[in-house]
Amino acid sequence: MEKLPTTHMTASAGNTAASTRYHNNFLKEVEANVEDGQWVKMCMQCGVCAGSCPLGPHWEHTPQKLFMMIRAGKREEVLKSDSMWMCTSCYNCMARCPRKLPITHIVHGLAAYAHQVGLARKKQSTRFFSVLFWNNCVKTGRLNELKLTMGLYFKDGFMAGLKQAWVMRDSGRQLMMAKRLNPFELFGGHRCKDAKGITAMLKAARQIEEQQRRAAS
Amino acid sequence: MSKKEYAFYPGCSSQKKASAANYIVSVDSMCKSLDIELKPIPDWNCCSASISYAGGRELERLALNARNLVLAEQHLPGKDIVATCAGCWLNARECKEKIDGSEKLRADTNTALKEAGLSYKGSAPVRHMVEVLVEDFGYDALKKPVVKSLEGLKFAGYVGCQTNRPFGIAGESFENPLYLDKLIESVGGETIEKWEHKVSCCGGALAFPEPEKSQKLIREIVESAYDNGADMIVTPCPLCQANVEVYQSEINRTQGTKLNMPVMYYSQVMSVAYGSSVKEAGLDGHIIKPTKLQEIASKAETGKK
Repeated sequence: MEKLPTTHMTASAGNTAASTRYHNNFLKEVEANVEDGQWVKMCMQCGVCAGSCPLGPHWEHTPQKLFMMIRAGKREEVLKSDSMWMCTSCYNCMARCPRKLPITHIVHGLAAYAHQVGLARKKQSTRFFSVLFWNNCVKTGRLNELKLTMGLYFKDGFMAGLKQAWVMRDSGRQLMMAKRLNPFELFGGHRCKDAKGITAMLKAARQIEEQQRRAAS
Repeated sequence: MSKKEYAFYPGCSSQKKASAANYIVSVDSMCKSLDIELKPIPDWNCCSASISYAGGRELERLALNARNLVLAEQHLPGKDIVATCAGCWLNARECKEKIDGSEKLRADTNTALKEAGLSYKGSAPVRHMVEVLVEDFGYDALKKPVVKSLEGLKFAGYVGCQTNRPFGIAGESFENPLYLDKLIESVGGETIEKWEHKVSCCGGALAFPEPEKSQKLIREIVESAYDNGADMIVTPCPLCQANVEVYQSEINRTQGTKLNMPVMYYSQVMSVAYGSSVKEAGLDGHIIKPTKLQEIASKAETGKK
């Protein structure tokens, strides 16, 4: 079994390593790497999740189908798909699943894994938003809502950003008047006193997870 | 009523001048009437919401949420942790269940927490504000501070997703939870017990990266409220409140509708019934003005119990 490189793997190197190691056994790969992935084998293909999802029609492959595709070894089709990024975390599927699969978590886990191995679509907007949100909130330990919104508006460039901001100008102004939007947040906002401690804590958490992933090889 | 104290986790949107600033104003007023003291967890941090699954790995998100649990236990030992935000409640509670239920996750989380000088040794239960109202007070007790009548108004209790699933409130059904209706009724409001979109998703975090898909959901929710004769929608979730209120104008612009349905927090409705002014109930913090509720808040007390 080839050894994985020990320090910061690029997504593509990670993808090559993973697909080599788990060659022909995508289910095993999912069980080892995806949050709550070991539940995928419990799906009985009833389809209640697919029928309960508020964005159901927008999933290229519904959760039900994704689980079957995983079991059928369709690695690229699953990880490259936009499907799991359609999950709004409404938990309707999880509430109704007769086998009690934590579907919301599995689907998020699949999306996260697709992101980590670099197979998720580059321009997938929810993928972008997830990373943007996380990086924003861990910077000071508190979310900076204005920077978050601006980061999203301007993701396709300066002109696109201005256009979006212009479209939402009335809402923005009204929220400001309602004291629910602070333009000065752009220069810094609420923050935790121990932002440094939070950074150190998260760094350690990531290192632990990466170590464990490598050790599992 | 004797004073009740809780360790308070407000969440990022309820900070000053943040998107749910009016929520927290109304919660403060409501708590005054109920003799509740919410003591903020010192230096609490963001829960990272439901969207951070790709940006942050599992252990990172656990550590982030565990930090709040540890700080609560350290500074406000033994006090139940109460969140007003559905997302924060969900994340904090999920974290607690995960690290309480797994030696390994707990140990790994503690290794990370150590870098911030913290250690998790267990925590008080994590509850949502509405659980506190329903379980620690009960609907009858919530009637007592009422001094104003909400007669003539019809409220669509929009429970939505995350206070309802996966944990549920006070044992209510996932498909037709009644706690929000009962809360509103306990302060004298008329509700719509069965409306089609009571537990429908507003799009949540995807309102930002997938606006058209989310706005379709929002349109259905608002139109359903109208169809059932509601004067306003009432919600326990800051993201639902923001999404359902703010995007109505965008839906009108792109789809030619004329939606203008006020979206309120349960705490605002209760505050008004308890005698709060427009300002105290955060009624001045809206894009779609809740004029009917503002009228009641401005009137003199009727002394109705």
